[in-house]
Amino acid sequence: MATGFTVRPNQYFDSVFLMGVNKRLSATVGVQQSAVLMGSPANKGLLAEIGVGGEGIEAARPNDLIVAVIADTPETVQSVLARLDEWLESDHESGAAPSLHTLAEGLTDRPAANLAVISVPGEYAALEARKAIDAGLHVFLFSSNVSLEDEVDLKRRAAERGLLVMGPDCGTSLIGGVGVGFANAVRRGPIGVVGAAGTGLQEFTCQIHNAGLGISHAIGTGSHDLSQAVGGATTYAALDALAADPGTQVIALVSKPPAPESFRRLLPRLERLGKPVIGCFFGIESSPPSSLVQMVETIDDAVGAAIARIEARGELSPLSLTVEEQARAKLLSGRRAPEQVWLRGVFSGGTFCYQAQQILRARGFQVHSNTPLIPGLALGDPGHSQGHTILDMGDDHFTLARPHPMIDGTLRRQRIQEESRYADLAVLLLDFVLGFNASKDPVAELYEAIVGARRAAETRGGELAVVASVCGTDGDPQDRDLQMRMLTEAGAVVFPSNAQAVLFCAALLDTRQEGP
Amino acid sequence: MKEENDPIRELLERPPVVVNLGLRIFAESLEVQGVDVVHIDWTPPAGGDQEMIDLLDRLL
Repeated sequence: MATGFTVRPNQYFDSVFLMGVNKRLSATVGVQQSAVLMGSPANKGLLAEIGVGGEGIEAARPNDLIVAVIADTPETVQSVLARLDEWLESDHESGAAPSLHTLAEGLTDRPAANLAVISVPGEYAALEARKAIDAGLHVFLFSSNVSLEDEVDLKRRAAERGLLVMGPDCGTSLIGGVGVGFANAVRRGPIGVVGAAGTGLQEFTCQIHNAGLGISHAIGTGSHDLSQAVGGATTYAALDALAADPGTQVIALVSKPPAPESFRRLLPRLERLGKPVIGCFFGIESSPPSSLVQMVETIDDAVGAAIARIEARGELSPLSLTVEEQARAKLLSGRRAPEQVWLRGVFSGGTFCYQAQQILRARGFQVHSNTPLIPGLALGDPGHSQGHTILDMGDDHFTLARPHPMIDGTLRRQRIQEESRYADLAVLLLDFVLGFNASKDPVAELYEAIVGARRAAETRGGELAVVASVCGTDGDPQDRDLQMRMLTEAGAVVFPSNAQAVLFCAALLDTRQEGP
Repeated sequence: MKEENDPIRELLERPPVVVNLGLRIFAESLEVQGVDVVHIDWTPPAGGDQEMIDLLDRLL
């Protein structure tokens, strides 16, 4: 085994671009492991973890490129590093347009700009967002690791200027039909939605589209907006905007667990919007009854309620399995070995992780997680599952200096392989998120791991139930039908929504408890 | 704020014009949707020197 690295001073590339370079570089014959990253402290820590270090790396700065290679022979290391320019150039756009380097230059080039989309590393994000707000721009702030203090300040500055700050840690928005960040190809229509929940917004907007209706605007607020410190500044601004928008007839609000105080203050505000409102808040035990605000437990129910309002239909029947699905659950449970008892959810979507826990908890299951709905059910070590476990693999614990599982399936593939080693694994629950900027072929990335996990269970004399949901539309670049067909071929039971997949898992586990 | 000058309402009424800082794929996906977008080849300010960045931040 041989190790080598090179440092290129003042060559900055974004993390997704470098991920693509690393993927191709690591596929070179003889390469065991590789890393292509910028010299930030977090990245240097990651290099130390894989045993790569040295003076050059210690001295590297955040705008210096580091490429490290661990390979079978020193010759392979040298040959890969010698071809670095080729790796970088083959992926890098060589457009004719001159490069712009600062926000100010961008504004000179596009004086009519009214929205800054910012996805720079978290430590620089607040500075760039302040510049954008001061220049009169709305901000979509994808970056995470921005302090609450900075978030409060950014939102105060924006409010003074009548501007909107979507984020920080905002994954999705649909502004007048334009998908920003991780968003899907969704038609326009009369339903508006505000969300402190990236994949929650994607699931809601996709289901509305798939039901034949459309979205006026979907406004992401960032995952901390309904924290006590921030107090819902963007949520309020977005709700008021949708209330005033003539194209929005019904407003939905989807949120990860809000702070209790923020939630209490929000409710009366929802009642004053003057339009029908549907609320879906994960982690909220109960809320006061309201004739104007309809509270629902799942995103699917929020979709159903919104459509019912548009079509002036009556009461909504809560989400449930069909008779055929129940029969299928019973059939699959009967094939399990006695020691197969636990559910393991390996998710890319944070909101799906909360929703799954909520649905299972309501049905009497105790579910552990790295992002628990109830603090007492936090995993001691996110690296090891415990009982029924549902993981948000997009959480910072897993993604620090590594690509998010919605962009690259490596983290989830490794975890599925790990989980499949255990004989007590009964049900593997997965989510797949399609749309702009997501992995181009998310099912293909996990296909072999799914087949391998099922084969491992079969070798042990049991059968692993793989249950999957696909969040996407027929207009998304990944071909939703193809992704669903591939999952079926891999042996998974496939659902068009996360909530339905979770309900099916509950039936699988329930049936087992009752006996065949 | 007067209704005729409400930047959020304007954002929702007209296609946005975007300045993109950070991940290039975000600019590319906006272009695919027909949005007027300019991508900035952003690099860490002050060579990534955190003390200098904090100083710049305080000046804003």
